[in-house]
Amino acid sequence: MTVAPSRAIGAPIDRIEGAEKVAGKALYSYEHDVEGAVYAAIVTSTIAKGEIRAIDAAEALGVPGVLAVLTHENAGTVEGEGELAVLQSPRVAYRGQIVGAVIAETLEAAREAERLVRIDYDVEEHDVVLRADHPGLYKPDKVNPSFPTDTEEGDIDHALTEAGVMVDETYRTPAEHNNAMEPHATIAIWENGGLTLYDSNQGAFRARQTIADALGLPHESVRVISHHVGGGFGSKGLPRPHAVLAALAARLVGRPVKVAVTRQQMFTLTGYRTPTIQHLRLGAQADGTLTAIAHDVFEQTSTVAEFAEQTAVVTRMMYAAPNRRTSHRVVALNVPTPSWMRAPGECPGMFALESAMDELAIACDLDPIDLRIRNEPEIDPESGNRFSTRNLVACLREGAERFGWSERAAPGSRRHGHWLVGLGVASSTYPARRAPSTAYARAEEDGTYTIRIAAADIGTGARTVLTQIAADALEVPLDSVHVEIGDSDFGQAMLAGGSMGTSSWGAAVVKACRELRTGKDEAHADTSVDVDADEPLAKHAYGAQFVEVRVNADTCEIRVPRVLGVFACGRIINPKTARSQFLGGMTMGISMALFEETVIDPAIGGFVTQDLASYHVPVNADIEEIEATWIDEVDLHVNPMGAKGIGEIGIVGTAAAVANAVYNATGVRVRDLPIRPDRLIGKLSG
Amino acid sequence: MAEHASIALTINGELHELTVDTRTSLLDLLREQLRLTGAKKGCDHGQCGACTVLIDGRRANACLALAVAHDAAEIVTVEALADNGSLHPLQAAFVERDAFQCGYCTPGQLCSAIGMLDEAAAGWPSYVSGDLTAPTLDADEIRERMSGNICRCGAYPNIVAAIEDVA
Repeated sequence: MTVAPSRAIGAPIDRIEGAEKVAGKALYSYEHDVEGAVYAAIVTSTIAKGEIRAIDAAEALGVPGVLAVLTHENAGTVEGEGELAVLQSPRVAYRGQIVGAVIAETLEAAREAERLVRIDYDVEEHDVVLRADHPGLYKPDKVNPSFPTDTEEGDIDHALTEAGVMVDETYRTPAEHNNAMEPHATIAIWENGGLTLYDSNQGAFRARQTIADALGLPHESVRVISHHVGGGFGSKGLPRPHAVLAALAARLVGRPVKVAVTRQQMFTLTGYRTPTIQHLRLGAQADGTLTAIAHDVFEQTSTVAEFAEQTAVVTRMMYAAPNRRTSHRVVALNVPTPSWMRAPGECPGMFALESAMDELAIACDLDPIDLRIRNEPEIDPESGNRFSTRNLVACLREGAERFGWSERAAPGSRRHGHWLVGLGVASSTYPARRAPSTAYARAEEDGTYTIRIAAADIGTGARTVLTQIAADALEVPLDSVHVEIGDSDFGQAMLAGGSMGTSSWGAAVVKACRELRTGKDEAHADTSVDVDADEPLAKHAYGAQFVEVRVNADTCEIRVPRVLGVFACGRIINPKTARSQFLGGMTMGISMALFEETVIDPAIGGFVTQDLASYHVPVNADIEEIEATWIDEVDLHVNPMGAKGIGEIGIVGTAAAVANAVYNATGVRVRDLPIRPDRLIGKLSG
Repeated sequence: MAEHASIALTINGELHELTVDTRTSLLDLLREQLRLTGAKKGCDHGQCGACTVLIDGRRANACLALAVAHDAAEIVTVEALADNGSLHPLQAAFVERDAFQCGYCTPGQLCSAIGMLDEAAAGWPSYVSGDLTAPTLDADEIRERMSGNICRCGAYPNIVAAIEDVA
């Protein structure tokens, strides 16, 4: 592959849709003006397990403006499976599951009537708490999306017995919710035998296929439009049940229907990160050379569908050792099905691994950066493949220099007034994959160019970077390129997930543009053959986060005054939007470390943190000095742009860097997230 | 049950004589009836700030305001910030500083920042003000005063920088 001549790529271009967004003119899915549209309010279950005995909708139907009450009794057949089998039976699988909807002329009437739908249940005993000794734990056939469940190499038990130094600890992460600012929403319109959905999602084409399949419709008769999406972080990656519900409701009343999931309902209807219990064992020689790495994970899924997160998969490639083992066990509880949340697998897995590496460095009396450099593998320890590029060490060294790592003191020894001060570091990594996509390019008569691709811009800057990529591929100025995205009619394209968007879409856009330059007026490109021909190399992005924390010696309040992330992610297409992605990822990592925790009440069998007052995410005052930088890297093995995805790597490792800094400040190791003040109170010496 | 009431609101400089369902929030009135979808619904419970508008010059969560309770009020939404198509300096600073990613919290951030700058200019102190009688609007003050507006994408440092550009 050759590098496209770079003019627009590498420039800090403002977001293409920036002016529209600040003017309040960018339309998100629920905001499209659809004539005759009515409103649906979702009714959810108030028990965690059992069966609906009877539904009394009379009072709800008596509210002026109410058109219908949709339940399993009148929904009609849905072919969708798992969470998309909406209203197909009287069974209840978790608290907060969809059991009905009220459709009304106004939102006010729908909301009022929703509270008046009376449902009687036969209640059964529920089981909602994950434990490492749960008798229902089993070995799934694979982990998300299709990795082997377990791996084993060498003799881990023997190696651990022989190891001069050992870390043997259990780390826990709680359930966490994506909580994009825009609640999931859909407008469903049936017309001319087809279905149009304005839907908030991370991939209009994939959404169309899935929803059409769920409704038993030919793919071509469904169109999904999602021009602007108010964040997703994985929760809008696959269609959620409300989208199917919107279609069913619109069919029932013969009018277009608008459905927005409420913030409270987002906690049960839109996916979440599974809680994890992770047993980490590291064995090493006295000089820190790893001889054994074992990572055994326990996590939950639901009785509706299996989602087995790939929490220990990252441990397979991160550091080398002759004896290695990873395993995943899940238990199906009466809970909503977990799903993707920013860096599923890598994010919780690296919290445990990078905390354990910090503990090992202390046990070996080594600087944690030196320990990581000592264990840097030459080739991918799992596959034996060469790395396309692996610049972890460069990130660690560059970060140490910029951050002032040499100021780090012994644990618990730095104090400014009432505040204990500490520094921490962790490594970060994320796979650099791509998937087949199609794109269309056309030369217009006025000398401009139109590009169409079913990409999604959920805040990543996709529309902007694809414009830059197209401009360079065509060798024309930026303002002569018009990129249209977010429409399933544009054909097959990868969704915005797995940090694969730009890599997958960009390659298709480059291919379409190159074909256009052979003298054609229009060109269709499909990268399937190119992706199939990709070399079998270990392709990953790397990074290192450096964190300063201050812990109040009296109250144990934790502040994060300073964060630096250094990344090696191939060519950075837009430094302005890339920096924002890195900062946003690290901000979510700080949040994971200190705030985020979805609490389940075993008595009622449901989540009790169901809004932004009880589920804490950072506000402006929580985030102080935070910066991201990157090292020069171009990796033409990953795609023609030489760029690796950057949406997820920022969050991976950050929580461990915070926990490691808290240890350095206080001498107290917290292995259960989030690091709440009560987990430190009474443990600080002096 | 639905009750209706007649109210008059001045919205973005234009007088609207309206009959509203007494259950209707100012946010739903703007978004669903008047097609002013700039103000966003993020939580509908006053916890995220995405719906922030100016009511009689003060920033407020439109989701917590019942429309019927604001008869004769003057409402300003994000749609009115630009002047004849030319962006307000704060809007331009948000674009230049990349003070948003998905953009869903942005109209609320902008209206909140405009209200906040007026509060600061009027000498109102905040929790972090050193001098309660004459606070200076530094980055700490901006962070504190803008903490009613959640940005899940994590654009906070850029939001602070954009506000500092125009403060």
